Amino acid sequence: MTSISDPQTEWELAPPMSVRLRGMLRSTAKASKRDMVLAVSIIILLLGFFLALFGPTLARTDYERTDPINRMQGPSLDHWFGTDNWGRDVFDRTIVGTRLSFLVGFSVTIISTVIGVTVALIISYFRILDAIMMRFVDGFLAFPTILLALALISLIGPSIGNVIIALSITATASKIRLVRGAVLSLRESTYVEAARAVGVPVPRILLFHVLPNIVSIIIVQATFTLASAILAEASLSFLGAGVPEYVPSWGNIIATGQGYIQVGFHISFFPGLFLTVTVLAVVLIGDSIRDHLDPKLRGRLKTTAQ
Amino acid sequence: MWRYIAQRFLVSIPVILMVGIITFTLVYVGPGDPAAIIAGDEATPEILEAIREDLGFNRPFPVQMGDWFWNLLQGDLGTSYFSRREITELITPRLQPTLSLGIQVVVLSTLIGISTGMLAAWKAGSRLDRNLMVLAVLGFATPGFWLAFLVIWVFAVNLGWFPVLGYKPIQDGLIQHLHSMFLPVMINSILASAFISRITRSAMLEVLREDYIRTARAKGASELSVFIRHAFRPSAIPVATVIGASIAGLATGFVLTETIFAIPGLGRMLIDAIVRRDYPIIQALLMVVATVLIAVNLLIDILYAYIDPRIRY
Amino acid sequence: MTETLLKVEHLQTEFRTEGGVVKAVDDVTFEIKQGETFALVGESGCGKSVTALSIMRLIPNPPGEITGGSIEFDGENLLDLSDSDMRDLRGSKIGMIFQEPMSSLNPVLTIESQLAEPLKIHMNLSSKAANDRAQELIDMVGIPDSKTRLRQYPHELSGGQRQRIMIAMAMSCTPRLLIADEATTALDVTIQAQILDLMQDVTEQSGASLLIITHNLGIVARYADRVAVMYAGKLREVSDAPSMYANPLHPYTVGLLRSVPRLDSDKGTPLAPIAGEIPDLTNLPDGCAFNPRCKWAVDRCSNESPELSEISPTTQVACFEHSSVTLHA
Repeated sequence: MTSISDPQTEWELAPPMSVRLRGMLRSTAKASKRDMVLAVSIIILLLGFFLALFGPTLARTDYERTDPINRMQGPSLDHWFGTDNWGRDVFDRTIVGTRLSFLVGFSVTIISTVIGVTVALIISYFRILDAIMMRFVDGFLAFPTILLALALISLIGPSIGNVIIALSITATASKIRLVRGAVLSLRESTYVEAARAVGVPVPRILLFHVLPNIVSIIIVQATFTLASAILAEASLSFLGAGVPEYVPSWGNIIATGQGYIQVGFHISFFPGLFLTVTVLAVVLIGDSIRDHLDPKLRGRLKTTAQ
Repeated sequence: MWRYIAQRFLVSIPVILMVGIITFTLVYVGPGDPAAIIAGDEATPEILEAIREDLGFNRPFPVQMGDWFWNLLQGDLGTSYFSRREITELITPRLQPTLSLGIQVVVLSTLIGISTGMLAAWKAGSRLDRNLMVLAVLGFATPGFWLAFLVIWVFAVNLGWFPVLGYKPIQDGLIQHLHSMFLPVMINSILASAFISRITRSAMLEVLREDYIRTARAKGASELSVFIRHAFRPSAIPVATVIGASIAGLATGFVLTETIFAIPGLGRMLIDAIVRRDYPIIQALLMVVATVLIAVNLLIDILYAYIDPRIRY
Repeated sequence: MTETLLKVEHLQTEFRTEGGVVKAVDDVTFEIKQGETFALVGESGCGKSVTALSIMRLIPNPPGEITGGSIEFDGENLLDLSDSDMRDLRGSKIGMIFQEPMSSLNPVLTIESQLAEPLKIHMNLSSKAANDRAQELIDMVGIPDSKTRLRQYPHELSGGQRQRIMIAMAMSCTPRLLIADEATTALDVTIQAQILDLMQDVTEQSGASLLIITHNLGIVARYADRVAVMYAGKLREVSDAPSMYANPLHPYTVGLLRSVPRLDSDKGTPLAPIAGEIPDLTNLPDGCAFNPRCKWAVDRCSNESPELSEISPTTQVACFEHSSVTLHA
């Protein structure tokens, strides 16, 4: 009779059931609800952008003007979010603070992504450079972000630029580690091997074969960086180690209110709400991008959404 | 197993070295003359020179760094510019509040995170699951210092259940101590548990799709046994990773918490040192925190091997 | 005539998907006698594994659901059992072995604890007794050095050994039916025969029936008493193994047989793979699902779907043109 034949050669005409099932697990009702969350998040972020660009012109008063007679007023028609201990309008200061949060958040994200990805791509092809660089990365990542930033700022002084620099260091280090890991595992993959075998030069392999495949990881990580940088800037300013006190930042407005918690609840409440909602929107957008971009994760998440 | 532990240990040594180099270099190359900070405003050039000579600031960089490392190895963290006292001596009384906070938060957040994550996975797709995950995302996005503010306003200012400020050491009685720590512990635990919960849930759901889970069901194992005996341990690795990461996050959280609640711990000490630009203390604390976190990572590496036998070899 | 152990009638299992409802198992009827080796054959995705999982009631729900028919096991309809009664049956009366020996054992539990588990669940054995029995089982499936093996983890064993462990586990409570779902597909060719021999031995010794799910006709020829051929969710031909080989009645069976290399055929004879592709289950062709690939197809085949009908007491086929179908066309 026939021998037991090699399974691989036999009737591999259709993908296995498990693969097909994965594609089937998509429920449209759940998807539209997810899209709603994404849409709302995007609108919030766009509103934030709008405030960041036009905040100072939208402010109804001079946000730096003090008004000792009207200090510590609760929310009213004149002062929607009330006034602070100097009689400054909290609403105006909050929307002006948006600019700082977005400036720091996006600067840190862009700087760390560009430098991190470039360095990771380069060192993944030079062993010695990689060994040296990764020791630095490990070293920097051994510190909690904000502690390192605090120490740095205490040395170089509080300013917007210095906050961006301080936060970019750890953000860049973690980007390098993440992207390098992804590149190294990709380098072993068949299609990169194939590209090397036919003599495609290394820079070309990096740009056209490796980079497109890690774009989704980079984008998802970028949203995470954005959320953490916005939070970190607020934390630093809250501690008084971020931007100088006269620059309105959500963090230092909250800190002001903290000192007057008995009578000035409104001072901290509103900027905190802005901060939380912004970070939440960014996190949700990141989640959503991950679901859409990563086909592997997509199947997984849709299954869990059942 | 021992080989694995030794190997992980050896790997962390260069990291500690690197941490030391970074810490020392930052302060060394940073602007600001330490002698001027020590001497104060009225110092004459002669006094400054004397201070430099006295504290060895005029020696070459590698010598200073080597000296600093050598002292560290002997447990000497240096001397405060400001109080001129040994930093180890200054740190000792600060340990109790921070350690107490740390232990309580790590235990509580792990318990809350794993149990809610497992519950969400158990009831995957249900209303409970969705609500828990909404809370987890909220917990991830909420700034701790703002949550602290809200909680203080509700529970301390308005309800008066807890003191706004006023840390009580364990020596004043355990109940008093725990009571005074309740709000900071809860805030940090809940925020830290959010991420643990999310990861526990997704790790569990991933493992529940594995072939060996089907095998367990084919053996006639009950759902509870499938869940706890077969699915939890294999999913514990990402959970352990997140717990490690959340401990690193706590270091930041504690700086904020101790400032807000006026807890005289290490976090508060760091902020005070930053305000006074007391660089030796900043250096020492950065070094201590980084070393503790490296040790935590080492412990988690060992935990991996305990969880998954495939890692032991 | 021996008694019937398992009787599957008009079984329907569906999966709800974005592209619509997929009938993974569509009106499947067959029966397995006591002590018999029954093979369910077909290409990947034809519904044979879903049939096996339906018998175990292990269809992931959602998205899958058994929507009709009955599965009578030992006189009892499994679809009527409560969840806990069904659990009592799994692993004790019906054992199952899966395709992937690498991933079917829990990587973090010792062989001993995994082997002893069904004994503790179903036979209420103490830990000690269960562990002793686990060692006997390892000896039974022919793994040397059972004492050491018990304390090891799955990754320390070879694929063949793991599959032996799976057999030991499935047979630990002496089930009446053993289901082997592609149990040897992932193994080396030399190991495949050993594992199949072992399964046949252990089931023969205990008088259990064996349901082999496979795409490998070589296995069917050597081990099965009866064969059912499945295509696109439906049974196309059910027959005694020897007669199916000698005289296949369904064009698809012919296609399968002709695409297998045979040692006893002339060297020059080319293989004849089946033309076309497996149809999309969400969008099956009208009439007989096989008609676009069938060289015997007539007009009627694209309008009407043939029912499985009896040709002889042992043979059923679902084809309008079965009388003109021959192996050597």
